[in-house]
Amino acid sequence: MSKQLQFKLVLLGESAVGKSSLVLRFVKDQFDDYRESTIGAAFLTQTVSLEDGTSVKFEIWDTAGQERYKSLAPMYYRSAACAICVYDITQSASLEKAKSWIRELQRQADPSIVIALCGNKADLAARRQVSQEEAQKFAEEEGLMWCETSAKTGEGVNDIFDRIAHKLPQVAPPQAQRGAAAAKGPGGAGKSVDLNKQGGAGATGPEGCNC
Amino acid sequence: MDEEYDAIVLGTGLTECILSGLLSVDGKKVLHIDRNDYYGGESASLNLTQLYRKFRPDATPPTDLGRDRDYALDQIPKFIFASGGMTDLLVHTDVTRYLEFKQISGSYVYREGRVNKVPSTEMEALRSPLMGLFEKRRARNFFVYVQNWKEEDPATHQGLDLTKVPMRDVYTKFGLEAGTQDFIGHAMALYLHDEYKTKPAKETIQRIVQYSQSMARYGKSPYIYPMYGLGELPQAFSRLSAVYGGTYMLDKHVDEVLTDPETGKFIGVRSGEETVKAKLVIGDPSYFGAGEMQEGQKMRVIEEGKVVRAICILKHPIPGTEDVDSLQIIIPQNQVNRQNDIYIALLSHAQGVSANGVYIAIVSTVVETSVPERELLPGLNLLGPILDKFVSVSPLYTPTTTGVEDNIYITRSYDATSHLETVVADVRDVWKRVTGEELKLTKKEVEVQE
Repeated sequence: MSKQLQFKLVLLGESAVGKSSLVLRFVKDQFDDYRESTIGAAFLTQTVSLEDGTSVKFEIWDTAGQERYKSLAPMYYRSAACAICVYDITQSASLEKAKSWIRELQRQADPSIVIALCGNKADLAARRQVSQEEAQKFAEEEGLMWCETSAKTGEGVNDIFDRIAHKLPQVAPPQAQRGAAAAKGPGGAGKSVDLNKQGGAGATGPEGCNC
Repeated sequence: MDEEYDAIVLGTGLTECILSGLLSVDGKKVLHIDRNDYYGGESASLNLTQLYRKFRPDATPPTDLGRDRDYALDQIPKFIFASGGMTDLLVHTDVTRYLEFKQISGSYVYREGRVNKVPSTEMEALRSPLMGLFEKRRARNFFVYVQNWKEEDPATHQGLDLTKVPMRDVYTKFGLEAGTQDFIGHAMALYLHDEYKTKPAKETIQRIVQYSQSMARYGKSPYIYPMYGLGELPQAFSRLSAVYGGTYMLDKHVDEVLTDPETGKFIGVRSGEETVKAKLVIGDPSYFGAGEMQEGQKMRVIEEGKVVRAICILKHPIPGTEDVDSLQIIIPQNQVNRQNDIYIALLSHAQGVSANGVYIAIVSTVVETSVPERELLPGLNLLGPILDKFVSVSPLYTPTTTGVEDNIYITRSYDATSHLETVVADVRDVWKRVTGEELKLTKKEVEVQE
């Protein structure tokens, strides 16, 4: 049987750079100019198949708007295996914000996290404020992947998820493959418990055992 | 900030974040504000820099304790009952998907100068050095009674109406010694003091059942704990709220809670020049005059006691505890001539709250004297050499009214108990005050879109 891997991927970046649109394009191949944020979706999933038959399932977490007033909870990116830091190529300030997210990830996230810097809205190149050279140079210096995308036309979107998928299995330790419950516990002492499962050492919980 | 909301929530402590999440899921439009630039308020877990900023603003953390990011130090030491109200909340809201939980490795009780494991099963109880041979037999009869007791089945009552009979009489019926009563009432029913003996026994029996069920669930202790500290819980519930449309603003000062001069009812909150309106406000006591009452202000919260807590940094596990990576020790009041129990909560690297080889013990109790730190000594003395110690005394605030008449609903401070059941009780209480209905937890369909 071919390998199946699962990773938690988080999106970071200023409001309105197109984080949710990138996800929507990647997961559903859709685009909506006046999209309202999705209510009630904790995360979306999409699978990328590699040439060797390995399938990489992304558990994609959106910010749920919490970045808008400097209020993104660190828990959000704590156990992420990969992150896409998005900026808008028509807003140079958004690159600065993306850079500050990258610094935050380097400080707080797992050291093995794979980070991609992504300039979105490539279809609006006429209004470009961020040159490809500038962004690419920064990415190279920091050892990040870099790309430009257009969630509107779809340009570059599958490509960046593809590149992340290729980079992941080699750098992420095997126990980090579960997204939400990424077992990156330091030391590895003691197994995690799954609250959704009844049972355990001879338990007869009030709802009984459904295993 | 010009829009009008259904609810404004002030403070991102655990209680407020759970309520914010539940209201958002219920379809309410929520604005959630915190004056700090981090989540959690009093229930936040601090890294070393934040710990020093709070306790020793003029000093820098020592470099030999490892990286700042390795630390998540709880200010309020509490665990989660494996089979309790907080677990229900986490499961029914699906917030479990944001978190990872570990078992707490041991539960201990202090008796006559020694630390003993709290027996987790009948078999362990019969082997435990906590009781002599005859006492074990009596205790066994008691536990069989508790296990079989069903409120609706008088045949299981053995002539005792537990809704009326005080717990003291139940102990007497089974002939249990004072030391056994200490361990049952304090280490299993988790009462902080002996007042419970004079009250109807039903609640004590239910607490013992909850303890046993929690114990049975994973084995080593009745508790579980979220990786990277309790501070992950408010963050996870805030995400639930945000995912259902809640708006978050950290680092936002609240200057005034506005009320209608005629009716006294809540109108909105003011931050600088901005005013935002809502039908109601929910918030922690610190947003309603706790500790800094101003002249002419309505008294909305009162202090009902103080808790002293010492965060101790150790380079070793606690002596005499089989070197477990996490535990609780309860020192029953009678054992050390006090009116309230002393608790010790130990966590370490295995829970992601400290660097490798560093152990964090939090010793706490309800303040009884004018020298609170000294009251912790029986607990501190069990720890072995203490590398460093950070002591705080926190007042416990409670609202003066239900909030129904002015739409201002205030939560309670985090109390001295060792678990989160009183937080759940507060959540349920505020929910009922706000909505007029009991909180019903119905499991949401899994909303992962494939």
